[in-house]
Order: sequence, then C-alpha cells, then structure tokens
Amino acid sequence: MSRRRQRLVWLGVGLGAVFAAGALVLSALDDSLTFFYGPADLVERPDAFSRRVRLGGLVEPGSLVREGAAVRFTVTDGQVSLPVTFSGVLPDLFREGQGVVAEGRLSQDGHFAAETVLAKHDENYMPREVAEVLKQNGEWRAAR
Amino acid sequence: MTVEAGHFALLLALAFALVQALALPVARLAARPGLAGVAPAAAAAQAVAMAVAMAALVHAFAGSDFSVRVVAENSHTAKPMLYKVAAAWGHHEGSLLLWATLLAAFGGVFALWRQGLPAATRLYTLAALGVVGVGVLAFVALASNPFDRLSPAPIEGRGLNPLLQDPGLAFHPPLLYVGSVGVSVAFALAVAALLRGNLGPGWARATRFWTLVAWIFLTVGIALGAAWAYAELGWGGWWFWDPVENSALLPWLSAAALLHALGGVERRGGAEAWAVILAILGFSFSLLGMFLVRSGVLTSVHAFAADPLRGVFILALFAAIAGGALVLFALRGGRLSRHVAFAPLSRDGARLLGTVLLIVAAGVVLFGTVYPLLAEALNLGRLSVGAPFFDATVLPLLAPVVALMAVGPLLRPGRDAARRIWPTFVAVAAVGLAAAGLSARWGGWAAAGFGLAAMLAAGCAAVLWAERRTLSRRRLGMVVAHLGLAVGLAGITGGSRLAAEGIAALPEGGALSVAGRDFVLASVIEVPGPNYLARRAEIVEAGGVVLRPEARLYETPRQATSEAAIVSSPWGDTYAVIGESDASGRWVVRMFVKPLLPWLWAGAVLMAAGGALALTARTAPSARRQP
Repeated sequence: MSRRRQRLVWLGVGLGAVFAAGALVLSALDDSLTFFYGPADLVERPDAFSRRVRLGGLVEPGSLVREGAAVRFTVTDGQVSLPVTFSGVLPDLFREGQGVVAEGRLSQDGHFAAETVLAKHDENYMPREVAEVLKQNGEWRAAR
Repeated sequence: MTVEAGHFALLLALAFALVQALALPVARLAARPGLAGVAPAAAAAQAVAMAVAMAALVHAFAGSDFSVRVVAENSHTAKPMLYKVAAAWGHHEGSLLLWATLLAAFGGVFALWRQGLPAATRLYTLAALGVVGVGVLAFVALASNPFDRLSPAPIEGRGLNPLLQDPGLAFHPPLLYVGSVGVSVAFALAVAALLRGNLGPGWARATRFWTLVAWIFLTVGIALGAAWAYAELGWGGWWFWDPVENSALLPWLSAAALLHALGGVERRGGAEAWAVILAILGFSFSLLGMFLVRSGVLTSVHAFAADPLRGVFILALFAAIAGGALVLFALRGGRLSRHVAFAPLSRDGARLLGTVLLIVAAGVVLFGTVYPLLAEALNLGRLSVGAPFFDATVLPLLAPVVALMAVGPLLRPGRDAARRIWPTFVAVAAVGLAAAGLSARWGGWAAAGFGLAAMLAAGCAAVLWAERRTLSRRRLGMVVAHLGLAVGLAGITGGSRLAAEGIAALPEGGALSVAGRDFVLASVIEVPGPNYLARRAEIVEAGGVVLRPEARLYETPRQATSEAAIVSSPWGDTYAVIGESDASGRWVVRMFVKPLLPWLWAGAVLMAAGGALALTARTAPSARRQP
C-alpha cells in the first residue's frame, strides 16, 4: 500500500471511531445524566416527577427515623424541607445536621424516594453542590 | 529539626531541577556542550534531596510532631503505626510531595541508567523531565508546603478520616502514583524526539520499558483501590466511575495504547508520530488527573483541597506542559514517521486499530468526567455523569478491543492472508458464541461479557498452541496479560450480572435469604479496637460460611464506619454489612452474593504478572525480522 493510501485508510479508521464515540455520547447524554437540585429547586420543577435526580442539602436534626430496614429523614436547605425515604444501610458518613446527596425520584405524594444515599465526605468536606445550595440560602457556616 | 531539614531539601531539589532543566539550553546558547553534562548529576541529586524531604515528612508523622500543620490536621497519637506513616500521603500536601519525590526518583534512575540510548536523547529527555520537576516542585514549595509549622503546637492531632484506615488505602495511592508519574518518562522521551527531529536508536525500546513499568503499577494501584472501595465502602461495588477513579483509568488506557503502538515501532518502524502523540496524551491525562483530584473542582470521595488558587496553579501547570508538548508536536511531529507498509489484515493493523479504540474510549471517559464542569460553565445546570453514561458509551468502545485482543495476536506481522487464518478465527469466535449462548439466560450484558471473555481466553490458547515451540518470554507476557483481562472480565460480569442482594432488619436469631441461601444473625457483640469501638455481628449460614461484619465507631474524628465481612471462594464472594440498630433492637443487615467476583482480582494479578514477564524479557528480536 502506498504511503498516501495507508494514511487515508487510518485517517478514515480514526474518524470512524471518533464519530462512533460521538454518536454513543450523544445518545447517552439524553437519558443518563442526573441533574442536581436543592429541595427548593426540586419542588418548583414542573418535570420533577419524571426524572431521576440528585437531591442535596442538610439532614434536618431530629428527623431521622428507622423502621427496620427502612429509613426516613428530612433534607433541608434552610427554607424548604423535603421528606426522604430510603431502604438500606446508610453510608458511614451520614449524620443529622450534615450534608447529604440522595439520588432517586420525587414521588407524587411529595416525598423523595431515594435509591442511593451518598455522603462521600467527612465533616470537614462538604460536597460542593451542597455548600452552594446552603450559601444561596444564607445557611452556610464556615468549617471549623 | 528534621522538619526544617526536609523543607531545606525540598528547596534544594527545586534548585537541582532548575539546573537539570536549564543545563542543555544554556550549553547550547553558550556554545559549551560540556555544560549539558551536569544534567544527569543534577537529576540524581534532585532524587536524593526529594528522598530526604519525603523521609523527613514521614518521620514527622511517625513521631506525631503536631507542630507541623499537616501532621496536626491529619494524624493522631492513637493511630496504629502503619496508618501514621500512610497518613503522610493521605492529604493534599503530602500526596503532592510524594508525587514530586517519585518524579525525581524516575529522573534519577533514568539519568544513571544508560539503556543503550545516545547521549543526546538522554540529555534532551532529562531536560524535559527537569522542566516538569521545576513546575511540580515550585507548586509544592510555594502553594502546598507540607513543612509549615504551627505555633503553638496542639497537644493532639485531628486524626485521619477513618475510612482511610485500611491497608488497601495505605498502599494503593503510592502504587498509583508510581504509575501516573512513571508515564512522565515516556512523555519526556517523546518531547526529546520532537526536539531532536528523530527518535534515534533505542528510543522505542526505552519508551516501551518505562511505559510498561508505569502500566504495571497503574494496574496494581487501580486494582487495590477498587478492592479498597469494595471492602471498605460497604456498597458491594468496586468501581463507581468517580472522577478520581477515571483519572487513574485515563493514563492506564493511554499507556496500554502506547505499549501497543510501540510494539510496531520497535520492530518494524512506522507510526512513530502516533506513538509520540500517545506518550504526550498519557502524561497529559496524568497531570489532568492531578488537577481534578487536587483542585476540588469535582465532588469526589478523593477530593482533598477545595482551594481555588491551587486549582488555578495546577491548571496553569497542566496547560503549560501538555499544551507546550502538543504545540511542539504540531510543529515537528510530521517529520517523525517513516513509511512502513502493512496490510489492514495483519498483527500491526489489529494493534493500531486497538490503540485508536483505546484512546477514543479514554477521550469519552475524559468527556464524561469533565462534562459536569462544562455544563456548569455553560449554565446547563448542575448535574452528575454516572455509571449509566459510562456503561452506555465506554463499554461498546472497549468490547471490540477485547475481540481484537482475541484474534489480533494470531495474525502475522505486516501482512496476513484471510485464507490462512479464517479457520482459527472461526474456532475462536465459536467458543465466544457458545459461551454467550450459555449465559444468555442472565441477560444481554452477561452474554456479551462471558462471550468476550471466553473468546479472548480461546484466542490466548490458540496463540500458545500455534507458537508452542517458538514462544518468547515477551510473547508469553503478552498472552498472560491478555488472559488476565479475560479472567477479570469474567469476574466483572459474574460479580455484577449474576449478583443477588438482600436487606432486612433482623433481631438476634433472625434469618435472611439471598440467592437461595439462608443466613442467620447469630449474635452482635462489642469489641474494642486500637482507636475505635466495634460492634461485631456473627452471621451464620447453615452448613456454609460464617461472616463477621463490624460497625466501628472511631474516637478522633468521631465517626462511624462499617467494615464489611467478605468470604471468598473461587466461585464467588459472600458479602455482609451491618448497619444501625433501630428502636426495637433489630439490626439492619445487608448481604450480597457475588459469583466469580474474586476472578477480577486474579485477573489484575495476571495482567501485572504478564507485564512483568514482558518487562524482564531480553531485548526484542532485531528490527525488521521477517516471520
């Protein structure tokens, strides 16, 4: 194969791979992104019931109730509080009064059904999104 | 006193790095070639100085010297010694110091070991490594100094995040760092080739050697990190497409691509420019990973510092090093490639196609990782890109790579005939299809995973059979590494697609059934640990395994962690986590049955072993050998 022809072949292969990847990315972007909201934003979304979303805020102190494997608690941004239900073992870093990110869906009766609860940070490291939600609502307290 | 010595050594290393970076340009400008000869000595001195600095920091941690700020913030007298030492790199400043130390160590070894490279190649490479060293060391010394003192010194430290108190965590960051820093040597060799305008003798062999070293360490580091997440986080998963996991995967993918591109360059020539760009991309990914981890721009379990200034500094460093190299490539890269004809149906063709797919997959991982940042910058809202995205995009790109790995090594280099090879291809594909058919009852993903794994294993067996008399150690290493991927893929597929889980709140004596197996919560007792109090459950399967998961409460910082209990057999894992107890004294017990999951770890060991076999093989057969 001539040098020119060989180059063209591989340029074609490269472009083909890039286009295939682009097509995969575009089709996946439509339905596999998870948007992040605070409680106030989430209840105002008209499409809130249809999508899987992440809900972030503080776990309201005194709101945690365990009934067997089921857990209920309230996530707040200081203004709006949203009841959350979850079934499973809460992550190690979950605590009342601290930041939490719950992934799941808002159900029609107004509570948030979490499929996963993330608290992937210790008390010194607030998830950035949670910190921003709290800052917007004047609830931010600087870390010790 | 040792702390000041460490700080002094750090500054001294910065000075040596400057000498190493500037020796060659100054020698050229001053027209005194002899001056360039100081670079190897400067590189060795930099390595020694950084070893002293790192040792001083470890010493401060081991002795719990709380007058040092990072020790006070990240350690505690009650920690076991292993974790005191590991805490030296379990935070932003220390991890960067370790990064810089390893960079200096690679530079030092490269400077002292000639590897049959011409002097010019070595001096240019050392200059490029020196520039990287200056950037990283300036960042450590100016913006992330681990040797800052506190006055007055606190009596007690704040402790390290208890999640990090795990042997897997003590070892996986240093191993990953060796890997992600190791790709810097290939990068510097690529920059040297661009500056000199040709690769020069021995270039491909040396680049392949250092890339293989880095790839082996990345493999082991990623596997240990995954094992840590699996054992410690208690979710039963081992990979979360977390930004920081991705930033270790990026250099792994690009190093794998570079290794395969170099195979062709080393033996026959051709695709030199492609190898050079892959080497540049590999280290760029590694630096970008450092930016993503250390700047705190992305929410991650691994994010240490949310200091925007540091982020800007690292981003500037990344832009200067990666951007500079890419500009250099745009100007000079076209001169590098020799024309070597090969047919698409050949070992070289399969290998090149594999490298293209690997690097495109890496590009998709990169896109998914930084997309939340882009979306926020473009006001598309705050969002996260998780496993569904990566599963839907990366896996379809990597599946053909596995198929190529199964058949590519059976082809002859340069050119092969479809007439010769089709019976073997049909046999290999038939094995894959049979496995896919047998596992189709667990769904499409299971069929694809087991089918590809079986096809790859069959391909490896076919190579071993076809070359049973002539197999070199290096080819054997390749086969073992590929077989490792087949075994790992079977483990991944079994551990996810065949897995079952159950959760229940159990009183003592209560039973839970998962995947047809009955487990009884026999007892929960309190057990004191060195710096925590554990509640240990005993979960018994009638005539089967006994699991003892713990829920631990640490003293400083006050935090609870769960310690999963995992019982492994070659056929799978049984995994139990215990949570809180509720008002009526019932304990939340979560259990997973994960068939074949241990194969994943066995696969990683095989991959690393295959890499080590190829690494220690004697010099490759002479160039342009005809089969």
